Amino acid sequence: MIPATFNYFRPHSIEEALLLLRQGEVAKILAGGQSLVPMMKLRLTEPKTLIDLQGVPELAYVTWAGGHCTVGTLATHAMLAADADLRQKAAVLWDAANALGDPQVRNLGTIGGACVHADPAADYPAAMLALEACFIVAGEKTREVPAAEFFKGTFETAVGDGEILTKITFDAAPHSAYVKLEHPASHYALVGVAAVLMMSRDAIEDARVAITGLADAPFRASAVERALRGVKANNVAAIKSACAGAAAGQSARSDIEASAAYRAAMADVLTARAVLRATEPR
Amino acid sequence: MATLVGAPVRRREDPRLITGRATYVDDIKLVGMVHAVFIRSPYAHAKIARIDLREAKAFRGVLAAFSGEDLHATGWKASLPVAHKMADLKAPPHFPLAVDEVRFVGEAVAVIVAADPYAARDAAELVEVEYDELPVVIDIEKAAASDAPLVHRDLGTNVAYTLPFKAGDPDGAFAGADVVVKQRIINQRLAPVPIETRGVVARWDAGAGRVTIHSSTQIPHLLRTQLSLVLGLPENKVRAIAPEVGGGFGAKLNVYAEEAVVAWLAMRLDRPIKWSETRSECFQAMIHGRDQIDDCEIAAKRDGTIVGLRLRILANLGAYHQLLTPVIPTLTMLMAPGPYRISNVDIEVKGVFTNTMSTDAYRGAGRPEATYLIERLVDLVAQKLELDPAEIRRRNFIEASAFPFTTATGLTYDTGDYATTMEKALQLADYSSLRARQEALRKEGRYLGIGLSTYVEVCGMGPSAAMPAAGWDSATVRVEPTGSVTVLTGISPHGQGEETTFAQLVADELGVPIENVEVVHGDTDKVQYGVGTFGSRGSAVGGSALKLAIETIQAKALKIAAHQWEANPDDLEYRDGSIRMRGDPSRSMTTAEAGFLAFMGDKLPAGLEPGLDATRRFEPPNFVYPFGTHVCVVEVDAETGRVKIERYVAVDDCGKVLNPMIVEGQIHGGIAQGMAQALYEEVVYDEYGQLRTGTLMDYAVPHAEQVPHFELERTVTETTVNPLGVKGVGEAGTIGSTPAVVNAVMDALAPFGVTHLDMPLRPEKLWKAMAPRSNGKVPA
Repeated sequence: MIPATFNYFRPHSIEEALLLLRQGEVAKILAGGQSLVPMMKLRLTEPKTLIDLQGVPELAYVTWAGGHCTVGTLATHAMLAADADLRQKAAVLWDAANALGDPQVRNLGTIGGACVHADPAADYPAAMLALEACFIVAGEKTREVPAAEFFKGTFETAVGDGEILTKITFDAAPHSAYVKLEHPASHYALVGVAAVLMMSRDAIEDARVAITGLADAPFRASAVERALRGVKANNVAAIKSACAGAAAGQSARSDIEASAAYRAAMADVLTARAVLRATEPR
Repeated sequence: MATLVGAPVRRREDPRLITGRATYVDDIKLVGMVHAVFIRSPYAHAKIARIDLREAKAFRGVLAAFSGEDLHATGWKASLPVAHKMADLKAPPHFPLAVDEVRFVGEAVAVIVAADPYAARDAAELVEVEYDELPVVIDIEKAAASDAPLVHRDLGTNVAYTLPFKAGDPDGAFAGADVVVKQRIINQRLAPVPIETRGVVARWDAGAGRVTIHSSTQIPHLLRTQLSLVLGLPENKVRAIAPEVGGGFGAKLNVYAEEAVVAWLAMRLDRPIKWSETRSECFQAMIHGRDQIDDCEIAAKRDGTIVGLRLRILANLGAYHQLLTPVIPTLTMLMAPGPYRISNVDIEVKGVFTNTMSTDAYRGAGRPEATYLIERLVDLVAQKLELDPAEIRRRNFIEASAFPFTTATGLTYDTGDYATTMEKALQLADYSSLRARQEALRKEGRYLGIGLSTYVEVCGMGPSAAMPAAGWDSATVRVEPTGSVTVLTGISPHGQGEETTFAQLVADELGVPIENVEVVHGDTDKVQYGVGTFGSRGSAVGGSALKLAIETIQAKALKIAAHQWEANPDDLEYRDGSIRMRGDPSRSMTTAEAGFLAFMGDKLPAGLEPGLDATRRFEPPNFVYPFGTHVCVVEVDAETGRVKIERYVAVDDCGKVLNPMIVEGQIHGGIAQGMAQALYEEVVYDEYGQLRTGTLMDYAVPHAEQVPHFELERTVTETTVNPLGVKGVGEAGTIGSTPAVVNAVMDALAPFGVTHLDMPLRPEKLWKAMAPRSNGKVPA
């Protein structure tokens, strides 16, 4: 459990970090280190340079302005999991932060690190897709990347060489939830479903449903979203029926804990559960 | 006085353990210490064509590198030990570094020593090994077949041994039975996963010609003996120290390649050497547990009376014998009848080599397999006969009046009262209400399951005659001149709490404050020879030796007091921890006072040696047999197959209890480990012998949230085989819990026509079993 040799920098601003990033050969940004460090210890990845963002602690924040939220890239899972506003206004992300890892991981791991790591079974990506979050990426120039374009594949995002994710923004989603069936060892999602509902009185006006853990990248279940439009919130049977085929068209992953067929079936079950939970007051 | 034994005295070990002040192997830093890293095979079976260590040796800070061949070129001949008493056991050579051929993924082929662990690890990347792959055999049944690829070509077979056993008239019993149930029951392979992985620090004292080995081991003395043989040193030139040991569970009841190699390197290089195992190495190269295919048949009368048992036990031994590898499956055979009167048995145990890591003792060691299969079988018979699982047990239990009871497999159960623990557990669980609730919930499409496990297990290992090596243990009690007491125990506690329980015993019996009792263990230079801690033997054997030593001290102290009082020693007695004159309450002397007189030496009766200390050994006349009933209540989510443990009730009987808090702690941990086998854990090798569960991201050791709340009670049925009346509790929870959980899940799935599923009960497995009838339709 000893990583290969690497250089370590701890810059004090994003600008400084970007400068180092451009200079270093095979440089990696270190945020909370909960995925990167174990991978380095196993020598699955051997960056020559680590640029530790913890020297810029002002990147750890959650702020609300009206119905709009901005989360700094260094906000820890624990910060999000303890945020009462978040629970009220965007339960989908609060659920995900609470469902993620264990207390130790939540205390150190960051939302930015987790999103850029883009594990195909990570919890946040589903919530981000369902929130239609916007990722602010600093580099030569600052870019805004919508969630739909951010998660490109397994361990792959829109953050390019020489770029750093600095913050994530999204609008409040008072009717939302995230549920998952977790891997008993890693506690990652075998299947995780994020649902954000737009409600009009007792009916679902519109829905955004995103699924993680099932395929090589998180995805939106658009057919389910369409089928949910107009469904009454108290019509459990109609919700279940709308959620059928949530994984349609996806190539489901398979491993010791869960076959592709099981994952696909669980996508339906969990989608219905996420939607039902999103209809409940939080 | 006499108040500490039986009281929940807080563990004296805990302050240092939970504040980070304990010293584990990896905390040891010696002047001039250098670091070893092992190079391991990535193939399950291959010829070693070439090992090139030149680049690694040239790397900065590297002191030396050796392959298996290099080791043998220095004259190394010794194979790692296996302890057994089997006449026809096939025991192939097992060298600490592979020579010519590797036989499992993770087998060490070379070792590198460097100035720091970073250099050693970097240099390891530079080792080039060329392998020519050989056919691999992983599956036990395939390995047992006559046309299987051979793990050890020279043996001509993969079958290490076949042990048949018959008692009574099994064929007649089966022919005359009303019902016969056949079931294949798989007991999957488990990884022990102690929090502290293995580690060794070895130091060679060239001046004294002695080697000291600090190892995370359960058996410092046995390790010393075996390493002296392996290293070719006189035993008094070897010192083994077990510092704080962070979990063993049987996996550190062994003599490992790395212990031998690191000791040899220290001697060879004349430098202190440290090796700390990584978690990945621990998954690959620490022994595994369980791994049996049990083909079972059970025969019963219509009223539920069990009349016969037939078993074909196929045990996966792995690629080599480790210390007790072949012995473990034989315990399954011995304990297969469980707490029931079954007089006709026909059992065969076959141990088979495969291209996997060795199996060996892991918490329960052969008995969990026995309890699991008999408890599953009894439930299957009950189901077939439409009997309540509690009722069939009631009808087959060995009655309390029948002890000592000799089983069909030749064991003599010491004491027991199985029915009482079961009734108490059923009452605590409110069994009849649970059944009513189950009925009601089924109508709502919710699947509650209630599982019983009534176990008896064999522990307190054990009489020497029945052990692969010595079964006794030792204790020294020294009353120091100023009245504190030092205990040297031959067992080597590593979490079992004997620093506390043994001090409780001494404090009560010798009347000294518990703070003045020091319990020393785990160092062969400090402590007289002892066998170690495993097989739930610490209190039963080590504690009994301590009791004998205390009695010897007391007898001498009485003589000293009698001389002082000019009285007849026969008129004196120990009462409430101090020396009293019978009939004269004014006369009393403390042990400390007697100890001081013994130290001064001039106030002793003629013929009595100075000093107040004693070393005694206890050879148990028999094993002890703790027992109990576990009741598990689960709900299975029909949509996902997920199991939720709603309640867990256990009534255990481990004989006399020295410290109820420690007993409960052992039961808690044991149940957690046992239910983890039922629901989560499985070591998986693929067909190429690659370990697919080689990290904690893949191998599911339960987190706290996955462990249920425990409702514990106990009964106390003392044993007659030792002077304390104690049995053992280190493994009982593990043994009792696995079948309770599986039986509960199978009970929940009964409406779906499911009778048996193999562990671990992953949600998908249950979901598939429930799926055909769960499409909106509620089975009745």
